[in-house]
Amino acid sequence: MRPNIVQHSAQRILVLDGAMGTMIQRHALEEADFRGERFAEHDSPLKGNNDLLALTRPDILRGIHDAYFEAGADIVETNTFSSTTIAQADYGLESAVWDLNVASAEIARASAEAWTAKTPDQPRFVAGSVGPTNRTASISPDVNDPGYRAVTFRDLVAAYRQQMEALMVGGVDTLLIETVFDTLNAKAALFAAEEAFDRQGRRVPIMVSGTITDASGRTLSGQTAEAFWVSMSHAPLFSIGLNCALGAEQLTPYLEALSNRAHCGISAHPNAGLPNEMGEYEQGPDAMAAQLESFLDKGLVNILGGCCGTTPEHIRAIASLVRGKSPRPIPSHSETAIK
Amino acid sequence: MSRQRPLLSLSGLEPLWVTPESNFVNIGERTNVTGSRKFLRLIREERFEEAVEVAREQVEGGAQILDVNMDEGMLDSAECMQRFLNLIAAEPDIARIPVMIDSSKWEVIEAGLQCVQGKGVVNSISLKEGEAEFLRQAGTIRRYGAAVIVMAFDEQGQADNYPRRIAICERAYRLLVDQGGWDPRDVIFDPNIFPVATGMEEHRRNALDFFEATQWIREHLPGAHVSGGVSNVSFSFRGNPVVREAMHSAFLFHGIKAGMDMGIVNPTMLTVYDDIPPDLLNRVEDVLLDRRDDATERLIDFAEGLKGQAGSVAKKDDAWRNEPVESRISHALVKGIAEHIEADVEEIFHQIGSPLKVIEGPLMDGMNVVGDLFGAGKMFLPQVVKSARVMKKAVGWLTPYLEAAAEGTRQRAGKVLLATVKGDVHDIGKNIVGVVLGCNDYEVIDLGVMIPKEKILEAAIAEDVDVIGLSGLITPSLDEMVDVAREMEARGMALPLLIGGATTSKVHTAVKIAPQRSGAVVHVNDASRAVPVVGQLLGKTSKEKFTERLAEDQQKVRTHYARDRQRKTLLPLLETRRKASSETQNRTFDAAHCPTPKSKGIQVIQDIAIADLRPVIDWAPFFRSWGLHGKYPDLLNDAVIGEEARKLQVDAEAMLDRMEAENALQCQAVFGILPAQREGDDVAIDGGNARLHFLRQQSPKGHACLADFIAPADAPGVNTDHIGLFCVTAGHRLEAWCEPFRADDDDYSEIMAKALADRLAEAAAEWLHREVRTRHWGYAQQEALDNAALIAEKYRGIRPAPGYPACPDHQEKQTIWQVLDVEKHIGVSLTESLAMWPAASVSGYYFAHPDARYFGLGKILPDQLEDYAIRREQPVDEAARWLSPVLLDRPVTSAP
Repeated sequence: MRPNIVQHSAQRILVLDGAMGTMIQRHALEEADFRGERFAEHDSPLKGNNDLLALTRPDILRGIHDAYFEAGADIVETNTFSSTTIAQADYGLESAVWDLNVASAEIARASAEAWTAKTPDQPRFVAGSVGPTNRTASISPDVNDPGYRAVTFRDLVAAYRQQMEALMVGGVDTLLIETVFDTLNAKAALFAAEEAFDRQGRRVPIMVSGTITDASGRTLSGQTAEAFWVSMSHAPLFSIGLNCALGAEQLTPYLEALSNRAHCGISAHPNAGLPNEMGEYEQGPDAMAAQLESFLDKGLVNILGGCCGTTPEHIRAIASLVRGKSPRPIPSHSETAIK
Repeated sequence: MSRQRPLLSLSGLEPLWVTPESNFVNIGERTNVTGSRKFLRLIREERFEEAVEVAREQVEGGAQILDVNMDEGMLDSAECMQRFLNLIAAEPDIARIPVMIDSSKWEVIEAGLQCVQGKGVVNSISLKEGEAEFLRQAGTIRRYGAAVIVMAFDEQGQADNYPRRIAICERAYRLLVDQGGWDPRDVIFDPNIFPVATGMEEHRRNALDFFEATQWIREHLPGAHVSGGVSNVSFSFRGNPVVREAMHSAFLFHGIKAGMDMGIVNPTMLTVYDDIPPDLLNRVEDVLLDRRDDATERLIDFAEGLKGQAGSVAKKDDAWRNEPVESRISHALVKGIAEHIEADVEEIFHQIGSPLKVIEGPLMDGMNVVGDLFGAGKMFLPQVVKSARVMKKAVGWLTPYLEAAAEGTRQRAGKVLLATVKGDVHDIGKNIVGVVLGCNDYEVIDLGVMIPKEKILEAAIAEDVDVIGLSGLITPSLDEMVDVAREMEARGMALPLLIGGATTSKVHTAVKIAPQRSGAVVHVNDASRAVPVVGQLLGKTSKEKFTERLAEDQQKVRTHYARDRQRKTLLPLLETRRKASSETQNRTFDAAHCPTPKSKGIQVIQDIAIADLRPVIDWAPFFRSWGLHGKYPDLLNDAVIGEEARKLQVDAEAMLDRMEAENALQCQAVFGILPAQREGDDVAIDGGNARLHFLRQQSPKGHACLADFIAPADAPGVNTDHIGLFCVTAGHRLEAWCEPFRADDDDYSEIMAKALADRLAEAAAEWLHREVRTRHWGYAQQEALDNAALIAEKYRGIRPAPGYPACPDHQEKQTIWQVLDVEKHIGVSLTESLAMWPAASVSGYYFAHPDARYFGLGKILPDQLEDYAIRREQPVDEAARWLSPVLLDRPVTSAP
């Protein structure tokens, strides 16, 4: 019987891992690394298709997962942010999507098992990363037709369901629908999750994490943080939260808005500050941890980690920060009972 | 803040929370083909833009939820539902509120649910087709994330009396909550509002039954809400707005009292309950509450007298229409109101006369306001896109005028090529830029994502575009953009390059991309800025000014960036001193390293022969002063400048011959090799009679200070170390000798003479240094170097000069002047700004230690500035004035 992520979450603040892209970039991989043997003859360039490494350089992903677990992470995310037929269409790799997800989940699972064996008091978990895809279901890309959509809800459901089933087959403990910039995409993902659960005959907890992109504090598709919560609240969520786009400090008011309303866990995995003028994130582990400390003081979070620019050292700082701190109390049903 | 959950939570772009205090939620009903003939006509004729305006009126009129219904036999209802919902999703002031998807057909409901990002309401499902189908539909709705209206309808039909109403609602409630897992707060009952005063006996209790059923539901089915279509109740009074409004208001008054907490109403067709005339109200309530047998007749009689009177239709706030036309255009753009834009543009076109000036003037001004508001976080993206569409409409209206002005073959405003660079698949921002540019009359060619630079540039050439825009979100894309810029330069493509995307920035563009090419590179940080930027880049009159200002700005950014980088990396003074002392702790200061001079005291050489100096002239700077760059003597054989250089050298040698023959210049020198010891970063001369102040590098890589080459007082194994001071000049008599050239207006000869005098002064310094090393100090008596080696400074010892990189403070010359009495001995004076006169002079220090080397000080931090001012016993401001070139932040006071 595997340890249950929801039960562990009730006891302590869980630490999510940090950036994957930043870590992969350190390896300075070339086209050949991405292609491996399987895609050697593929007819379009594959460099930069990080998700592909699950099949062509699994050693690198394993190393990154291990590094995050070593730093103290409780949960690592699979390297599947773009592993949907929609996102992989840009590379002509729709047919590889199932394998990508299964392989990525298995790599993370193996790492988690190894670390759980090493530290039985701190069981480790795998979150299946489900990205937003690169299309928006509620914004038209066509100037002449504001009613046009480049992707339909049904397209998204089909793509997400396939990804989620494969992630479950590969052994994830939870699905993390993340970096949500268009809530309709995320609603399709939630819909797909239910279908995937039906077909797999079991459920896994669902985490959702949105991203605030505008200076006005809205998602790309125009929703406020509170409207985003309301739009997601029909699903039985394990957690809702925010990631990317902003640093910890800028994230605070929106996280507070969610925390005040949500009757599930709250997660935050901000970037290592704002990117500097060279596109680099330069907030160090200690500086980031110092800002995150206010989340803990305010009792805002249940799950804490890092997004762009964060490294195992950031996660180490976060892990030591949360040690002994109590998680945000999740409002029980009685607290939200009908008046 | 309380964690009390609201009674009902819905959302559009913003949340709608129903709380015990919210009283009643208005659901706008005019976007309903079954209830509005106008709306039906608009949809049937595919006039969707006007149909969207109906929705806007509902929101402006106070609707908190928008009911949308497309149930009409001749329509493809599912398609119309999707099309309309997608269109209003692009209208932030409408999409702000939640949507109610209203249909009796399941496929239409599902089509609608797939288009709303918020949490809306389904209107409605019922037990009409049995429990299984009811639960299946309810389960699917839950997966889509919507609240649901359940109509009081079952296998037997619609509930038309009180007992059936409550029986069906209770049954549905139990199914949803107990079996379907529904949160009862998401369940809304519609216990059927039927017309009253129809003349039919069985309709008399229609309203009353509704009120009583509502009360029962709110008491017995916890959490659930009650709604209804209010205008049904007054169905028999169509064409009589006064009576209808009164009936609606009175119905709501009693419905709300019974617990009805939302309702489909026309908010523009409601009057205030208290404003209903008492006689009318009395008759209306008689009907609603079934208080009299003749209630219907009495109301009908009364209504006859009110026919034809207008109701109290609410007026929209359109005060802005009274503003001047420029303000109206700006308002329309900012608010995204397309309604009057064509008339306003027509009006201003007649005022201004040129369609292009309308675009570049008032329209662009409005878009600039949009850009400012977005930048300040006061607008969000869908609003910006909406504004762009109003702009498009305005430009569309002007198009015939533009075509007329161009005699039929109108040019678009410009052609823009957009691409997401290789290795990056993010294109949402790029697409939005495309939309906004497209709306502003630009032809947009979008190559898509992951485009290699070759393909971008080839397409740009093939399509003959005016501007290239690159997009990218991930960090590696930044390098790719640098490559594109470099490649454009290699191919000689001068067209402007736009840079955008989440990790791009003004600084990165200025520091890394812009220097790659001579053409403009502009960072466009959001879609709303793209239009004014491209407009200015392509405008005949604006282009030059814009690119000039851009270049200036980018230069400033680069300077700031370099300064910031340095500030971040510079070490505090104490730390750099600590590092220096650990690095130099093993430096030897014995007699071999700190030789005792052969001749002591201050010595003067009154006449150095030009013939002695000529062999040690360093020619490279001479050619540089004439704009001929290169290594000497190679540049004499250079294919391009060789001939010119050779001619110049012939002239120079001829003039040197004349100078020698005519004894044109008096070359003099004064120097002294004096006992010295290091005291911190100072050097004390002659037991403290004079003191030299030096500065220390604060970079992470170098920590050097000239004082480090002098033995400290406590250095073991050495008695006394020395430092040399010197000044040479080759400038005396030069002005007089040049007089004939000036008289002849022979600039060339005068410049040549002065350039040669400078070279001779330098040569004198080099010559004197060798004299000092080999004879006066005498530590290098065996030195045998040719001139090239001499110029390349391949000897032991250095002769740095105040005002130069290792010791940038010109003030230190004053100490040399004082110690050597320079002016008295060789007649060289210091000007107010501490320049030497005659100008063809060189002064400096001699360091003899074998480790001594030249270095650049680089920038210093304020801590060293303060330390230095204390050592020099002068105010910090004054020290800062002299050191301004090496300070990170230049003081405001002007440099010397």
